[in-house]
Amino acid sequence: MFTDELGQGGIPAGGPGDSAGHHGGAGESLVQLITPGGERVSHPQYDAWVQDVSDEQLGFLYEDLVVIRRIDTEATALQRQGELGLWPPLLGQEAAQIGSARSLRDDDFVFSSYRENGVAYCRGVDLADIVKVWRGNASAGWDPYTVNMATPQIIIGAQTLHATGYAMGIQNDGADSVAITYFGDGATSEGDVNEAMVFAASFQSPVVFFCSNNHWAISEPVRLQSHIRIADRAAGFGIPSIRVDGNDVLAVMAATREALERARHGGGPTFIEAVTYRMGPHTTADDPTRYRDANELEDWAAKDPIARVKGLLERKGLLTGQFEARVAAKADAVARELRAGCITMPDPEPLDIFKHVYSTPNSWLDRQEDHYSRYLASFGDPAGAHSEEGAR
Amino acid sequence: MTQMTFARAINSGLRKSLENDPKVILMGEDIGTLGGVFRVTDGLQKDFGKHRVVDTPLAESAIMGTAVGLAYRGYRPVVEIQFDGFVYPAFDQIVSQVAKIHYRTQGAVKMPITVRIPFGGGIGSPEHHSESPEAYFTHTSGLRVVSVSNPQDAHTMIQQAIASDDPVLFFEPKRRYHDKGEVDESIDPATALSMEKARVVAEGKDVTLVAYGPLVKTAKDAAVAAADEGVSVEVIDLRSLAPVDFATLEASVRKTGRLVITHEAGQSGGLGAEVATSITERCFYHLEAAPVRVTGFDVPYPYSKLESHHLPSLDRILDGVDRALGRPNSLSGLEG
Ligand SMILES: Cc1ncc(C[n+]2csc(CCOP(=O)(O)OP(=O)(O)O)c2C)c(N)n1
Ligand SMILES: [Mg+2]
Repeated sequence: MFTDELGQGGIPAGGPGDSAGHHGGAGESLVQLITPGGERVSHPQYDAWVQDVSDEQLGFLYEDLVVIRRIDTEATALQRQGELGLWPPLLGQEAAQIGSARSLRDDDFVFSSYRENGVAYCRGVDLADIVKVWRGNASAGWDPYTVNMATPQIIIGAQTLHATGYAMGIQNDGADSVAITYFGDGATSEGDVNEAMVFAASFQSPVVFFCSNNHWAISEPVRLQSHIRIADRAAGFGIPSIRVDGNDVLAVMAATREALERARHGGGPTFIEAVTYRMGPHTTADDPTRYRDANELEDWAAKDPIARVKGLLERKGLLTGQFEARVAAKADAVARELRAGCITMPDPEPLDIFKHVYSTPNSWLDRQEDHYSRYLASFGDPAGAHSEEGAR
Repeated sequence: MTQMTFARAINSGLRKSLENDPKVILMGEDIGTLGGVFRVTDGLQKDFGKHRVVDTPLAESAIMGTAVGLAYRGYRPVVEIQFDGFVYPAFDQIVSQVAKIHYRTQGAVKMPITVRIPFGGGIGSPEHHSESPEAYFTHTSGLRVVSVSNPQDAHTMIQQAIASDDPVLFFEPKRRYHDKGEVDESIDPATALSMEKARVVAEGKDVTLVAYGPLVKTAKDAAVAAADEGVSVEVIDLRSLAPVDFATLEASVRKTGRLVITHEAGQSGGLGAEVATSITERCFYHLEAAPVRVTGFDVPYPYSKLESHHLPSLDRILDGVDRALGRPNSLSGLEG
């Protein structure tokens, strides 16, 4: 079924940037397989891509959605309690992350932004490692090669080029894995993202551009970034695109599987616009009441990605007490492990600051490290040695 | 005189510039409705409209490049870069265009662009949010570079920067945004101390301590602590990083014979190197000791659990002062 209910509708016409892309092209339609009410609706093209998803697997997708929402809630709580410096909530975007990440093969490689912590969970990143960087204990939480996922990118859009280059490498190697890159609606304005699409199209590289259009880039609405629907931009680069209901885990899975298959078999890049909504603040430091309407939030709450799968399971008679208990127990266990891993994480040592700047010794830095260790040693109480107020 | 925060003082300076010159136009990410992530532009879009205070799409190179076009057209753009680490996508436009167009056109085209950059660390942020990139710009001919250390200067100097017909990189110490100070909003920026001049903020006779931006406060605190130990430190707020007001520094060093310079940015190729060399050239025979630098390390800005080690602290500055004075210090016994 094609529907437009998740479109960028209802936006007032006005000056430049105020008329939200309503114009033509493939983007007029939105692929949806589960309605917000939890009804499985058939789709002539995309049903086939998720035909093999059994009831049991649907149950696991539901579990994933619940678990990453719980990770998000727990991390937000940890930030409020002072255990994390900052956290970028993914609330509302669970289906986009689970539907895509659960479509990947182990040997595919992910280049994401800071918000895809649910994707990191799917890749098997250790729970404490997911929050390590937000606790300020490292610049990155994990070794990218152990999970085939680069650590989150903060420079908006930069990762799309990295994915494209990685895909060029896959191509040269004659392998059939795929690089997938996640970025936001705001990111599509950056030169890097546009240049990545030029390269990917030119070399027909096996890369999937996964744009999570959550309608906001901090305080800026998507209409400021794009005068047309974001998915429609891809055509200008010669890249096929699809606009999918990003709150529908099955539809996202179908779209991602199609794109991955195309890439694996020499069909080049695909652009996926997952239409979703950032239900929380940009980060825990943000106050969205300054710039957005509470009504908008209500509209999107009605399209919740978890509620609709729950509805579908219920219709299918799969939502048993036993099943719900299993999911709840799993979410509880994950939250406990995350919290424990976070608060017991060992602090870095002062001289760690000099580590890994270079792969081999560097004479400038060695001298600075030597001097700083002498400096620290000159204090009876080293704790005071690095406070702004001083110890003397 | 009014008590106000650093951020408010800049806001009020921006407001004056918007009021006084219809060609002044503010551009940046989240500066309109939100008022900027640090609220420095709070309320300005509401009062001056969307055409004067512009929320731009998320693209720094485009912000800077279109600022160039607006300047060609006679506008005076004031660009906000959200955080120091996000200036690099705009680097090409700044270095290759903004800095060179006046020279390229033999003075026919002016580039009165102000680039506001919240910079420096100390707020516990993730990567790319705490950098001190000023030396890239002080190294670039055609740019003026300033940094402010207190609300009054912030208020006055932002207006001077906007009024300048040359491009100005304006570095705001983000960890001091909430610090309060007395601000006299009636001061006329045209007759106030020029933004090109350094200022002696604490007089002393034993050592000259040069700082700018966030570390001026730390340097002043260090001078107070040193006084307790019987050492008289003269603190200079550099204010202008390019060009440096060497005359003021020279006069001080001729008096004290000793120089310490501190910045958060890494040491190698930093502003401290330029100041130390130039002062050595200018008053070698007045120096009693080699100039001392107390800086961040030559490492990418570290994750927040370690940033207090990276940032020059009061004690590290005092240790540097001891070195300049030949008093016992952490490097005693080492050669140079
Ligand atoms: C190059 C760069 N410029 C600015 C920022 C500051 N910033 C962080 S997130 C963000 C908005 C990103 O919006 P979007 O791409 O839609 O992703 P979302 O946060 O909505 O997931 C901005 C402007 C940045 N991190 N990098
Ligand atoms: Mg967004």
